[in-house]
Amino acid sequence: MVVWTDAERAAITGVFKKLDYDFVGLNALGRCLIVYPWTRRYFATFGNLFNADSIMGNAKVAAHGKVVLTGLETAMKNMDNIKNSFAPLSALHSEKLHVDPDNFGLLADCITIVVAAQMGSAFTADVQAAWQKFLAVVVSALGRQYH
Amino acid sequence: MTNLSVKEKDLVRSFFTQVSGKLDEIGHQALSRMLTVYPQTKTYFSHWKDLTPGSEPVRKHGKTIMEGVKEAVNTIDDLPAGLVNLSELHAYTLRVDPSNFKILSHCILVVLSMMFPGDFTPEVHVAMDKFLTNVALALSEKYR
Repeated sequence: MVVWTDAERAAITGVFKKLDYDFVGLNALGRCLIVYPWTRRYFATFGNLFNADSIMGNAKVAAHGKVVLTGLETAMKNMDNIKNSFAPLSALHSEKLHVDPDNFGLLADCITIVVAAQMGSAFTADVQAAWQKFLAVVVSALGRQYH
Repeated sequence: MTNLSVKEKDLVRSFFTQVSGKLDEIGHQALSRMLTVYPQTKTYFSHWKDLTPGSEPVRKHGKTIMEGVKEAVNTIDDLPAGLVNLSELHAYTLRVDPSNFKILSHCILVVLSMMFPGDFTPEVHVAMDKFLTNVALALSEKYR
């Protein structure tokens, strides 16, 4: 059972208040596909992902980035029960999408880097710590239903 | 061992020149974040009297780390040779578990993204990530 301090809850909801879902979604997923090119294996239907420019200009990447961010918002709204509320998403990623769970950590790192760019100095070490804890819980929940 | 392309080496060198005026701050921020966000890393610094961000040991060591990274940029064409002394230090004296290199690298990237959002483009991001991975590999060369 994850225990959140009041400060951690405030930090996490604070990040979401400042988040531009379109910007962060596209840039985080885009960077994941650019920096860790093997992740493109999961997006064969997205069309042209051959280089950084085509990835960042790809409408399906932008749309899917927003889907990922909306999923994160669900976790934020269910912060005390992420494991159970994410069970269907975990099953989806395992049974239908067949995503190696190590990739969740890669995307999480990219999300953090883009959030840092967007928030600048407001992304203090304490905010980063709370955010990292939140993403770690989400990543763990997504890997939970694999068997 | 991944090899950086000519273009990637150029990107690393030019980006590093751009940020070279702020190396001390980058090092301080990255180290502070590592200690705060990944508290298990504090186990390597039990000999410091103060581990809080802003303290003298943290600032000093952040500077030391970035001097090492600068050395790596200067020897980017042959990192294992260029970093042989640092590798021996980390292998025989410090014995830092190599998983921590990844953690510190991530914190450096977060700080670069935060301080230079316009310059830290996706192309620079992948070049820097590859570069830091190579640095970590060179530092673990002598481990076993």
